This record gives sequence, C-alpha cells and structure tokens, in this order.
Amino acid sequence: MTNRRWLMWLPLCAFGVVVAVVAWGLWRPADRTVRSAMVGKPLPDFTLAPIAPGKPGLSSADFRRGQPRLLNVFASWCVPCIAEAPQLMTLKAAGVPIDAIAIKDTPQDIGNFLHRNGDPYARIGSDVHSRVQLALGSSGVPETFVVDGRGIIVAQHVGDIRADDVPGILRALADAK
Amino acid sequence: MTAETGLAALWLAAALAALQVFLATLVLRRSVAGGATAVRAVAIVQGALAAAAMVALIAVFLASDMSVALVAANSHSMKPWLYKFAGAWGNHEGSMLLWVTILGLAGAAVARFEQRLAERTLVATLAAQAAIALGFYAFLLFASNPFARLQPAPADGAGLNPLLQDPGLAFHPPTLYAGYVGLSVAFSFAVGTLVTRDVGPAFARAMRPWVLGAWVFLTLGITAGSYWAYYELGWGGWWFWDPVENASLMPWLAATALLHSVTVLATRDGLRAWTVMLAVVAFSMSMIGTFLVRSGILTSVHAFAVDPTRGTFILALLVLYIGGALALFGARVGTVRQGKLFEPFSREGSLVANNLLLTVILGIVLIGTFYPIVAGAFGTQLSVGPPFFDKAAGPIALILVAVMAAGPLMRWRRDDAGEVLGRLFAPIGAALFAGAGAFVLGGPIGVLPLAGIALAAGLAVASVAPLTKRNLARAPLHLWGMVIAHLGVAVALAGMAASTAWTQEALLAVGVGDPARVAGFTVRLEGVRPVVGQNWTALEGRLSVTRGDAAPYVLRPQVRYFTQPVTTTNESAIATHVDGQFYAVLGALGDDGRWQLRLWWKPFVTLIWAGGALIAIGGALSLVGHQYRLFRQGRRRAEGDA
Repeated sequence: MTNRRWLMWLPLCAFGVVVAVVAWGLWRPADRTVRSAMVGKPLPDFTLAPIAPGKPGLSSADFRRGQPRLLNVFASWCVPCIAEAPQLMTLKAAGVPIDAIAIKDTPQDIGNFLHRNGDPYARIGSDVHSRVQLALGSSGVPETFVVDGRGIIVAQHVGDIRADDVPGILRALADAK
Repeated sequence: MTAETGLAALWLAAALAALQVFLATLVLRRSVAGGATAVRAVAIVQGALAAAAMVALIAVFLASDMSVALVAANSHSMKPWLYKFAGAWGNHEGSMLLWVTILGLAGAAVARFEQRLAERTLVATLAAQAAIALGFYAFLLFASNPFARLQPAPADGAGLNPLLQDPGLAFHPPTLYAGYVGLSVAFSFAVGTLVTRDVGPAFARAMRPWVLGAWVFLTLGITAGSYWAYYELGWGGWWFWDPVENASLMPWLAATALLHSVTVLATRDGLRAWTVMLAVVAFSMSMIGTFLVRSGILTSVHAFAVDPTRGTFILALLVLYIGGALALFGARVGTVRQGKLFEPFSREGSLVANNLLLTVILGIVLIGTFYPIVAGAFGTQLSVGPPFFDKAAGPIALILVAVMAAGPLMRWRRDDAGEVLGRLFAPIGAALFAGAGAFVLGGPIGVLPLAGIALAAGLAVASVAPLTKRNLARAPLHLWGMVIAHLGVAVALAGMAASTAWTQEALLAVGVGDPARVAGFTVRLEGVRPVVGQNWTALEGRLSVTRGDAAPYVLRPQVRYFTQPVTTTNESAIATHVDGQFYAVLGALGDDGRWQLRLWWKPFVTLIWAGGALIAIGGALSLVGHQYRLFRQGRRRAEGDA
C-alpha cells in the first residue's frame, strides 16, 4: 500500500492541470469574433434589388471589374452602423469604392439613414431575408469585407469600423491590388 | 431600506462564518468545554442571516425597487409577479446569493440535526462548511454586491431574458443549487473526517442522506432542464451536450458514483478512501461546473471582458477549496485504515465497476467540455458536440446499464458466476427478445439505439427482480427506492433509444389550407393570427392535426416577440400521445406567402422525463426509508433506556 501512496496525490495533480487550463482561458486576450470561412474564397453569386432611391442594386458581378472594393453589410436599424458611418465617409474621401448590402430594411428607412449619416455607397442591394449575408458567412451588422478585383474576399472586419481600423483597411485594399 | 437590511444581514452572516471557522479551530486544537455547542449555535444563526439577506433581495424584486442596480438591470415593473420573484435569482449576483443561502441553511441543518457523528468530526465538518461559505460571502460583498444602489434610479428596468420567463424555469435554479450545495455538505463531511482521521461507517451514514437528497434534486433539476430545452428552444432535441448542461451532468455523475460507494462504506465498511475522494470530487464538480458557466469562459460572450476580477476571485476560491481538500486527501488518506476487503465477483465488486464506469464517463464529459479551451490555447477554435459525446460516452453508458442490471442480483462479499447467470436468465431473455423485435420490426436504426432498447428491456426486468420472492408489504422502503430508481433508468433509456431510432422530421413551407403529411399525421394550417400576452405579442398558427382516423385536434405554435428586452422566441406546440409526442414549430413567412413549419413525430420521447422523475422518486423513497429506519432505531433505543 505504501508504494502506492503517490497515487493519492494524482487527483491534486489532475486538478492542477484543470486550473492551469482555466487560468489560461481566463487571462488570455479574448477573441470572440465569428470569422467567416469565406475569406480567401470568391464571393457567392448573388443579385440584389436596389433599395435606396436613385442608387443601383448590387450583384456579385460588380466585384469582378479589376478594382478592389469594400462590401459593407449594414442596416438602418443598427446602432453601431451609425457609429461607423464617419469612418466610411473617410474611406470614401480616400477614394475607396464602397458597396453595401442592407439587411432587413425598407427604402424609406435607408433614405433617412443616408440623409442623416452621410452616403458613402456606390451601390446598395437589399437583402430582406439575410440570405446573401448568411452566404457571405457574416454573423451580424455591421461587417465589412475587402474584395479584390476578381471577386475574391481577401479580408473581413467584424463590427463597426473605428478610426484606428481605417489604416488597416486601406492597407488591405492596397495589398489586394 | 430593505436593500440595506439585506446587505447588513449579509455582512453579519460573513462575520459569523469567520467566527465559526475560528471557534471550530479552537475547539479542534484544545478541547473547549461547550465549544461544540457554541459552533452549532453560530452555524444556525449564520444560516438564518443568509436566508434573511435572500428574503430582502426577493422583497426588493417584488417591490420593483429600481434604485437597486440589480433590479433595474434584470427586472421590469410590467413583468408578471412570478418572474419578478424568480428574477431575484435569474442573474449573476442573485444566484450567488441563493447559493450561499442554501449553503448556510445546509450548514445550519447539519448543526441542528446531526447526532451520530463524533463531536470533533462534526466540529471539523462545520468548520469546512463555514470556510466555503466565507469565501462566497467575500465574493458577494467585494465583487458581486446584489444590493448596490443606482444613483439616480431609472424609471424602469431592462427586463428578464424572455427565454427564462417560464414557470418551470423559475424553480429550475433553486432545484439545481439545492443539489450542488447538498454535495457541499458531503464535501465538508469528507474534509471533517480527514481532519480527525475518522473515516468509517458512521461518517458514511451521516453523509448518505445529504448525498441522496442532493442527488434527488440534481436529478429533478437535470430532468426539468432537459424538458425545458425541449419545448422552449424549439429545436426538438432533449440534450445538446452544451457546456451548461454538462456543468449539471458532471456533479450528477460524481454524485451517482458517490451514492453507491457510500452504501458500500455504510453497510460493508469498504471503499473508505475512494468514498472520501468521491465526496471531494462531487462538490468540486459542482463548483467548477457552476462557476465556469457563470464566469463565461466557456459560453457567454461578455461576462469576462466586463469584469475579470470576478473570474480571478472565483478561480482563487476554487484553488483554495478544491486544492486544499485534495492536498489534505493526499496527505491524510495514507493514515486512513484500510476498509474491509471483498471478492471482485460480488455486490461490492459490481458497485466498484459502477463507480469506475461512471468516473470514466465523467472524465469524458470533463475533457469534452474543456477541450475547446485547451484547443484555443494552441490557436484552434473549435467546439465539441454530440458526435464526440455520443460516440465516447454512449457505449460506456450501455456497459454501465448492463452492470446495473446484474449488480443488485449479486450477493455481498462473494458470489458464484454460474448462480448469478441463472438469476439473470429472465433479464437476458427480455433483452434478446426486445432487441430482436426492434431489429425485425423497427428497420435499420443503428447499433447504439438497438443496444439501448435491448438493454432497457433487460434492465427493466432485472431491476424489479430483487422484489420477487419477497413479501412486498415487508420489503424495506429503501429497497423499493433502488428498484424504482433503476426502473427509471430503464424507462429513460428506452425513451432515449426509441426517440433516437424512430423520430421523423419534416421542414415544410405550407400555404393556409394546404395539408401536409408526416409520420401518419395530416396537418393543415388553418390560419395565423396575432395574439397578445402580458409582456409579449405573438403570431399564432392554428394547426389542425389528424392522426389516421382519429378526431382532429388543434395545436397553436407561436412566434413570440418580447419587448423588454427585444427578443423572439419559438413557443412550440406539443401534443402528447400514448406512444410519443407530436411537436410543431412555426417559422417565418416566406416571400410566396407560405409559412415555414417544422414538424416532428417523436415516439416514446416522454419516457425520458418520466424515467427521470422515477429516478428522483426512487432516490426520495430511499432517503425516507433510511431516515425512517434510523428514527425507529432511535425510538427503540430511547424506549430501551426508559
């Protein structure tokens, strides 16, 4: 029995391992963004009807014209989308072409939203049932995808674009050329 | 004022817990005359004060006092009163307070009623219980004050998660907590006996009612939680291997093992070290499970980012208590005298097998639950789900069921394999018959469900076998308890296997008036209309359901929209038949004016929860039986003295 005394310390050792794992899980910088599996793949094929007055709708073919573009997934009912609007205007001023998909929205609400927060978009497609959003692997609004000139998704930004995210997005666009 | 009274009661309870630890240490160091009586008294008052704090919290919730931050964040003046009441523990701080309240009350009950244990062991037990309570009082007072005021008070509150606005769920957390905390008493007993080196049948008998009671509550809590997920989430499943579910399953597995090993210790004086170990593990699993879920490491998105001090605090408590108990175990268990030995082929042997198999399942669930964190450490994001758990735990659970059928038919100390096989003749026959029947009549259903059905039949026959050739009126109550609990496992297993094997599902888009067919049912959507509840509005589908030639009945599944906070829930509509349940969920309206409809036929699915209820009833009968016998013994002794 005595030679198996050390066995009695095994539970404590096992618990030590659990604590180490948990402590690591506790103090690591949490990254809980839901990344799309679509990064590095071509955009899914879609054609979306126009929603904003006087602005064309959006189709996947619009992203295969040789120039990298931003694809912004947003909605008029989404508060962080208001927060990121100035950054989108900055990007537009820097000469970045931006297209958008509006999720579960109406022409009137979109009109009001653009009037109030500025209009950085070249085209806006209406995705009432989030079908294209799901196909893109986007888990919420706002999300922004960098698409190169051949229709391949090269980067994804989850959540609103903050001022300090802008240089990174410009770099991703430059790399996509 | 009420909030301040509650806070004061909480501080006083914490001070008394500190006093309890101090006094008990003093008594253990050198015998103090009347010391044990003092420790008992302090424990009782401490429990009462914790309960007073909980009552104060419930009072501010019922009064919708929005100047209390917790009420403002989790309640709303428009809510039905039952959910205001339950809202008191439907949040982090309140549930922590409920936890220490039950902990304090359990300690008070031990102090008041426990007469069998040696005095020093009892004092050590109460010291351990107070030490646990002290840590959680500190956690409440310094990191999760439920009574904090909000200045200025908001006009109204933010509401309770609508998924939780369900009468069943109002009583789900208290049930589970009673289970978890009942195990804390077993833990304290184990620590107490390690301190005084007094492991033996007396300790096992003192601990057994607590383990049984806790186990009954855990069984009820898990069963009710499973049924809640089944009808409220609208996914048609009854177990998802989600971390929250695993957190309640792990203590249950450990408690089940403990329940059986404590019987060996109480009646045969065997498995001493192992039982102490399990008592420590069972409560450790309760703490690890609850607090990992509460801390949000595993599931929730925000809890940790918001307040890392809480997680650190909890982790420190876990290290202190579990690490301390395990270190004490390692250091002291060598001095525990070996218990009585037994032949491997015996009742004890089967209970050891039961314990080992339960421990393996516990290990599988533990690894599966933690693996995502470990994988995250190496930069891989993944989740572990049913494919792993079903494949890994399923076969072992089935072996366990086979052992469970044989165990009660074996004699203590030593038995003969040939004779046991003879006693198992009827159960094996039933298993083969049911298995063959399912195989021939049921079509291709997979190996695990088939084995499940066969073993369920065998276990059902085997579990009632101990009652045959006995005068039923004179069979002791705890034997009835075991028979009913084992029968419950057979019933639940039959439900799981049958519903897994023969569930039929249809996802349809139907226009109003179109008939749809699934599994011999004809369903017609007669219309969809809006309905209004106290704090929600809903779209309600009216489904006319006909089975074969029977008269049609109406099901009304709803999509509910809650306003505070804004959330949508699917209220499934379920019709219970003798041989299963018909389950309907209303989905979204399509572009073409057709409604999505999800229909399931789930044969014998109700047996799962009926089995769970039987298991709990069996446990309760066993508890009452053991206590009644003690009561009678006590009275006989008193009469003998007189």
